[in-house]
Amino acid sequence: MNEFLTHYAFLIVPLIKIAILLFLVLTVDAYLTWLERKVVAHIQARWGPYRVGPHGLLQPVADGLKFIFKEDPMPTGVDKFAYFLAPFLALMLALTSLAVIPFGPQRFTIWGYETHLSIADVNISLLVLFAITALAVYGVVLAGWASNSKYSLLGGLRSSAQMISYELALMLSVVGVLLIAGDFSLRGIVERQAQSGKGLLSWNIFPQIIGFICFFTAAIAETNRVPFDLPEAESELVAGFHTEYASLKFAMFFIAEYTSMITVSCLCTILFFGGWLSPFPVSWTFTQFLPSVLLIPFGLWMIYDGIHYETLFGRLLLPAVGIALLALGGALLAFPAINGYVQGPFWFLAKVFVFLFVYIWMRGTLPRFRYDQLMSFGWKFLLPVSIANVVLTSVAILIWGKH
Amino acid sequence: MTAPLIIFFVLAALAIFGAVSLIVQKHPIHSALSLVVVMVALAGLYLLMGAEFVAAVQIIVYGGAIMVLFVFVIMLLNEGEEERTNFSRLATYAGIPLALAVAGFIAAAIARSGGYLPAPAPNGALTSTKTLSMLLFTEFVYPFELTSFLILVAILGAIVLAQRED
Repeated sequence: MNEFLTHYAFLIVPLIKIAILLFLVLTVDAYLTWLERKVVAHIQARWGPYRVGPHGLLQPVADGLKFIFKEDPMPTGVDKFAYFLAPFLALMLALTSLAVIPFGPQRFTIWGYETHLSIADVNISLLVLFAITALAVYGVVLAGWASNSKYSLLGGLRSSAQMISYELALMLSVVGVLLIAGDFSLRGIVERQAQSGKGLLSWNIFPQIIGFICFFTAAIAETNRVPFDLPEAESELVAGFHTEYASLKFAMFFIAEYTSMITVSCLCTILFFGGWLSPFPVSWTFTQFLPSVLLIPFGLWMIYDGIHYETLFGRLLLPAVGIALLALGGALLAFPAINGYVQGPFWFLAKVFVFLFVYIWMRGTLPRFRYDQLMSFGWKFLLPVSIANVVLTSVAILIWGKH
Repeated sequence: MTAPLIIFFVLAALAIFGAVSLIVQKHPIHSALSLVVVMVALAGLYLLMGAEFVAAVQIIVYGGAIMVLFVFVIMLLNEGEEERTNFSRLATYAGIPLALAVAGFIAAAIARSGGYLPAPAPNGALTSTKTLSMLLFTEFVYPFELTSFLILVAILGAIVLAQRED
């Protein structure tokens, strides 16, 4: 058995990693919908989901079950092959793009196989990501075309035009980062930002603020989110490209959208905000207790909130979760080895969460662009600014060198 | 058979399947999708040869940008299924012999090389992005700039054609 494991570890370990990441990402996707509903509700002075489980925490489970058991009607006159292919393509490509994201700095060895905190550590990971993003438009376009519906077709057309337009700005805006890093690998880009050891100040965001703004704007357009969600503008197109999809197929588009939100947030974190690096200088060793310092008060608050909750289920569940968080925080304090290990993923996930929150925040605040505004913004503003950023960065590197 | 050889045959079969499907399919969108399959399979073949950068660019440019544009135009025109006509005489009398001749030439070339094509350059020799870009901007700078100029001319042409006459 042991021999078998060491011999096939190169196959088994990635499979295990894929299974874990898939489970985590799908769970996060589900709770992202909960978070989005809650945050948008609070922005609009409502409560949001509250009925299913304490604070509506079981709402994603209920939604998932509903998606599975709903009837799945197929409209007449659809192009069957493309109609079925589209949601699979969208979901598959969205999930695949997460494979090259590095979540932490550590290397570890399982059964004699050395591996990282990412599924595939390829040296052109950024290009791989862009290649997958470039293909992702087919899911939306095919769905729009195959459904044999005018609303869907309009959504698909808008989406393809928008994605072609914004992809240019998206790719050009990261050239500045690539020039500084001199590396296509996401791991290499993060490690480049760690070199000076000054924490926050050595991140790419300061020399590349223009690049970051262009990147984030273009990335929101690529993921079809507010204020660039014209492909699914519900006031004009019912639901855009996924109007004719129901049940699990609709859920697949939904999961794909949320997964690409996560990917974009991960990319922003890696390219501009130092990935898994702590924002504090290396010499501030006391900051490594921050995960516990956050976890313990949150656990205590959950226990306090849970005891006063209206329903019995909530009075049981919330304190239980609170105690689990307390135990986790305590364990991190007690075992410095584990604490050192979670530092990278902690900072990475914290930054990703901030970007996801910004996504939802914008959804709650910004109105939608008009179609011609969208096009002229992309071509006449974003693209020239990205090109100017590339020229500026090149000149700066030529004059002052990389530092 | 080694693993790379198996992967090669799978990708090659996929590429040929896509190419045949491109011709056989009746609907323009299905044809365009078949072409995407060919592009992605080719990218896989480049990857197998160790040319990672070219593989990624192949998917980004051909699979992503160009083919999306094709699909976009087909959707915009909302073309229906194409109607079959009888094959033209030219295709029967000139096309088939020509295709056979090309296939024969390729087969002969492969047979002469002893059944083994030269091994791909070891990783880092010509395949790394840095060496590739160095070559592009030193040795091949004129063809490179000429191509960019050609594309610029095409863009200008498109603008002239698309401009409304007031």
